[in-house]
Amino acid sequence: MSKIKEKFAELAANNQRALISYIMVGFPNEKATIAAVRGLVSGGADIIELGFPFSDPLADGPVIQNASTVSLENGTTVSKYFDIVKKIRKETDVPLVMMTYTNILYHTGYQRFIAEAKKAGIDGFILPDMSIEESKKYIQAAKNNTDTIFLISPNTSKTRIEKISKISTGFLYLVAVFGTTGAKTGIKNYTLDAIKDVKKHTKGKIPIGVGFGVSTPEDVRTYVKAGADAIIVGSAYLKLIEKTHYDKLESKISAFTKRLKKQTTL
Amino acid sequence: MKYPKNGRFGEFGGKYIPETLVPAIEELEENYLKFKNDNSFKKELDYYLKIYAGRPTPLYYAKNLSEKIGGAKIYLKREDLLHGGAHKINNTLGQAILAKRMNKKRIIAETGAGQHGVATAMACAALGMTSEVYMGYKDTIRQKLNVYRMNMLGSKVHPVKSGSMTLKDAINDAIRDWITNVETTYYLLGSAVGPHPYPVMVRDFQSVIGKEIKTQMKKINNKAPDYVIACVGGGSNAIGTFYPLVDTDAEIIGVEAAGHGLKTKMHSATLSSGSKGVLHGMMTYLLQDKEGQITETHSISAGLDYPGVGPEHSYYKDMKRIKYHSATDKEVIEAFLMLTRTEGIIPALESSHAIAEAMKVARKGKKSESIVVTLSGRGDKDVEEVQNYLDKHVKD
Repeated sequence: MSKIKEKFAELAANNQRALISYIMVGFPNEKATIAAVRGLVSGGADIIELGFPFSDPLADGPVIQNASTVSLENGTTVSKYFDIVKKIRKETDVPLVMMTYTNILYHTGYQRFIAEAKKAGIDGFILPDMSIEESKKYIQAAKNNTDTIFLISPNTSKTRIEKISKISTGFLYLVAVFGTTGAKTGIKNYTLDAIKDVKKHTKGKIPIGVGFGVSTPEDVRTYVKAGADAIIVGSAYLKLIEKTHYDKLESKISAFTKRLKKQTTL
Repeated sequence: MKYPKNGRFGEFGGKYIPETLVPAIEELEENYLKFKNDNSFKKELDYYLKIYAGRPTPLYYAKNLSEKIGGAKIYLKREDLLHGGAHKINNTLGQAILAKRMNKKRIIAETGAGQHGVATAMACAALGMTSEVYMGYKDTIRQKLNVYRMNMLGSKVHPVKSGSMTLKDAINDAIRDWITNVETTYYLLGSAVGPHPYPVMVRDFQSVIGKEIKTQMKKINNKAPDYVIACVGGGSNAIGTFYPLVDTDAEIIGVEAAGHGLKTKMHSATLSSGSKGVLHGMMTYLLQDKEGQITETHSISAGLDYPGVGPEHSYYKDMKRIKYHSATDKEVIEAFLMLTRTEGIIPALESSHAIAEAMKVARKGKKSESIVVTLSGRGDKDVEEVQNYLDKHVKD
């Protein structure tokens, strides 16, 4: 059983939903990334998404775009990223998911990239520009190695949800709103409807994680109540990291994570 | 390739897109397939292409230029004479009429040199629709006349300040807008790039260029041309020129922007020196570093300043049906001035890349041979850029 799957089983047994926290590796630097991860772990994040920067992040809003640019300017490379993952792995067992864009894997070759990621301690991938139609080689390379988490959207058809949920492993990422990451649209009724529909179509076979534009404990609570199995918070973390001095970073991240995590108990 | 199965030209193309865009892309493909053979659609497009845009465009024998070089005969396919001053209107009319039939009220587009933005604004104005155009901040400065034109035509221009602030970033922001407003918005892509079905749809709308060349050359020489040349950025005028001629004996050459030279990093010659990758929804040749990060490009012409290329070009490159060469900024300026002075035709800097190659080919060619060059746009937008270049590089 994958680490991510185990985590969901463990949480379900304790009547809890998952808090998935996203940060961009190398933003604003490596030291801050390590401190932030410590804060996430002590604050109770169930799964951590570690963003790897891409020059053209077309599914991301301004906050993650900026973090990508800064991280790249700081010289974040694939090998440095894996080194950081290895350091994190020495400190914690929390499932780690790599979020980046298809070209980063494609360029090295899916097989080789995924094998190296797995060796470093990555448990799954999220690629927002990877559609199921183009995913055959990617899926093959990841099989029995890491989870491949696919995204769906409130406008995804029922038949497509069924197709994607068969391919997706770990969890199914429901994009909450029409927009890029960090969208400030507030809670939409169509999202709450989508959560219910997706739960119905997937019949509990795979956990549903809701992300994009989720930034407060209240947002987390609303989606937990609507039936989400996991809540993903990203841009809000990057904003906090941006405005927090390094000395206080770990404790601030930890405190924010605790406030979010508190809302995931049923 | 007639219509790419699964959206692939060989291994190139596909649809690498965020899931939110999937229903929009499916709706687009469905409607495109429905309307492309629909008689009333074809009739309407045909009417606008003829009466509004000015088709067919002439195939002009550039006698002075040919004689000056003293080799093969150079013919210019005068897309620069179209309404708006570039080939872009062929595609924007097609897509705007399609969008209207799909009941889409809001049109967005990206633009590099501004020619596609202007052509979008014109087509939308003519058809009673509104448009918003994303344009790299750097391009809004070097092509500011086109920004004024778009504004006057009623289009809202969004300057894009992320990344390299050029065409690639304009496409990123247009896609982000589309993700956000997917239910109301039609994305009118201007080049033969992006996720399927855009590359094939844009090619089809632009193929009017190559079809006319075929007919016109037949009248002049009773055969296909010996050489066919067009410039390649994303590659829409080139694929429109080449596609109807790939089954002839013509030697076909696409010309990329070599900027300061292929040995420097300051160029946009994707097919000449790129590697395979995934960007903007497609698998194609890209300019990227060893980590798969897209690199910044350079070209004196904003319209060719792009690190990717249409997937069908990648396909023809690998199967060796089309050759891809390049021209440096310096060669481009020389070609620009040469055509301007010998023929009284001011070419766009983009098209001047094709002229530069045609001059090289003509020099080596025989008098009995014919070269057709697509003059994709006129150069009024570029005179300031060229003057600046001359002031900087030419002492007297």
